[in-house]
Amino acid sequence: MSERAPLLKSQRSLDHELVNQGHMACPGCGAVLAMRYVLNVLGPKTIVVLPACCWSVISGRHPASALNVPLFHTAFETAAAVATGVRGALDARGDSETHVLAWAGDGGTFDIGLQALSGAAERNEDIIYVCYDNEAYMNTGVQRSSSTPPGAWTTTTPAAQPEDRDKKDIMGIMAAHRIPYAATAAIAYPDDLMAKVKKARDTRGMRFLHIFCPCPTGWRTPPDMTVELARAAVQARVFPLYEVENGETWSLTLEPEGRPIADYIRAQGRFAHVDDQTIAQYQSATDRRWDQLMKRMAQGC
Amino acid sequence: MKQLLMGDHAVSRAVGLARVDFIAAYPITPQTLIVEELSEMAARGDIHTRFVKVESEHTALAACMGASMTGVRTFTATASQGLLLMHEILHWAAGARTPIVMVNVNRAIAPPWNLWSEQTDSLAQRDTGWLQFYCENNQDVLDTTLQAFKIAERTLVPAMLVLDAFILSHTTEPVDVPEQAEADAFLPPYSPRHILDTDAPRAFGSITGADDYFELKRLRHESMRDVLAIAAEVDADFETRFGRGHGLIKPYRCEDAELVIVTSGTTSSTARAAVDALRDQGRAVGMINVRLFRPFPGELLARAIGSAPKVAVIDRNLCVGLGGIFAQELRADLYGRDVRPEVFGFVTGLGGGDITPASVSAMAGHALANTPPADNAPIWWK
Repeated sequence: MSERAPLLKSQRSLDHELVNQGHMACPGCGAVLAMRYVLNVLGPKTIVVLPACCWSVISGRHPASALNVPLFHTAFETAAAVATGVRGALDARGDSETHVLAWAGDGGTFDIGLQALSGAAERNEDIIYVCYDNEAYMNTGVQRSSSTPPGAWTTTTPAAQPEDRDKKDIMGIMAAHRIPYAATAAIAYPDDLMAKVKKARDTRGMRFLHIFCPCPTGWRTPPDMTVELARAAVQARVFPLYEVENGETWSLTLEPEGRPIADYIRAQGRFAHVDDQTIAQYQSATDRRWDQLMKRMAQGC
Repeated sequence: MKQLLMGDHAVSRAVGLARVDFIAAYPITPQTLIVEELSEMAARGDIHTRFVKVESEHTALAACMGASMTGVRTFTATASQGLLLMHEILHWAAGARTPIVMVNVNRAIAPPWNLWSEQTDSLAQRDTGWLQFYCENNQDVLDTTLQAFKIAERTLVPAMLVLDAFILSHTTEPVDVPEQAEADAFLPPYSPRHILDTDAPRAFGSITGADDYFELKRLRHESMRDVLAIAAEVDADFETRFGRGHGLIKPYRCEDAELVIVTSGTTSSTARAAVDALRDQGRAVGMINVRLFRPFPGELLARAIGSAPKVAVIDRNLCVGLGGIFAQELRADLYGRDVRPEVFGFVTGLGGGDITPASVSAMAGHALANTPPADNAPIWWK
């Protein structure tokens, strides 16, 4: 995991940054990179709807703001609902140009916000919904969510009784709503990520992006490992990069090497208690999920 | 033009006249007629409204908040459990200063299931920062809906207006419906002050310390108190234009009264008939309809009660362990004023039980003949 990232096309966008310096994220936060890449594609004509999540704090304390776009803080479970209203009002005012970006964490998406998200997806609301996934309730101090992977320590899944359920298949759920566009992305692959944001930007209707964002604070990893961990997750097929159009066309956007997941697991303090035998089980489970994904790629839906 | 309208349809017509830009709603009995009629109006092209049929009341209000923050006139309607589900967003919408107008059709709260009239649903939201009107008849419903938009948009305090389940929502009465041009002249398009705008990007609701937080809360209190004067002004303007006003409270035959009955909603019409009958019998009884509940019009009530030694509050609602909520509010407000009548708190008609001229007369007779329970306990009147 020591390879150097190639020069990024995304670096060209630095002259019109929409994420300011001086934000309030922890050092090495993956979610800040994700916001930066997404906003740099969507541009200044974007309204952000932000439910309770790490970004509620990252965005800064009143009257400062870390974003150069309008931002509305809202209740935990209402990202998709409030975005529905913002879109409706823009439409009523004849503004079809401005993008509405609902920006929620995994807790606000997989758990408490799932009903509103499902409603918006079913109605095919013309919004872009991003779930930045750091695999637990990090803002409240690392509690498990239904996105927390098996074996992970959190403050509510202590090492003596770690998380024992698979991550909820949020992409499967969103694909089942037959929305025009859904994709996974990871902050280690900004060109792939930004290409997907562009595709989302140029599609109308409900768009869903599931962005993998390692969290040094919650994962018990050094802050300078964040990008490499995201890359390791993708290459180990833990977090494959793909897109789904209309719930039917599934396509891989990056062929992972299929590295053993042991390297990915061993690099993180949250898995420190996990033994080799258990890692072997996780490897089997990862392989099984990958095979299922490949079947979907081949068959559609 | 006078038309025969059910209470729910009077709401729908007013929402159409108000040229609402955005509606989000979820069905719940007995509110459903409102959104059904609005759907028909939208389908016919009578109104040009973005109408989102959402998956819950919680989302309905959250979506209205997003739309209002983006600068358009918004409306939703609900009842009972639906209003309770909205509770978190009631606070948020008020804190975000979004002038949403919402109609709540009062309905009892489960368990057990009961779909009939009771005011506990809306009164339980009294601390959420919404102004609250209680409507007496279908004309009041239509007129108050129009007025509510104007008051909410001037004060940036969201407005809830309340009508009794079935007794108003599903009862047909003649209603004078203004012409569109008259409504437009009374209620010009919403001109928002601070919205989500990409040309002037701002963050709304960012984390604050105690100082800013305290000041924002205090300003909300000031705005809510301002509603008393602005609502009176809007009602006076309405009266000038349409020949009818409703007042924030409506006293009736209170002069020289030994007993003043305080009621709200449709019970006020019943109580007015009872007062006439009691006056015919030579009993010095008056009544006051409380139309505006939040902000509480304590000064107006104290003045209308005047020197009457007794007040009987009729509550079709219950704060469990304390009693009727109008009685509680009135007692709290009178404390420390010069006017210190004995206050009888009657709790009656829960779950849609009938309140009749005879039962109101009986409660009045009880109050005239007795002293209130020493501990302000509710008087249960089945």
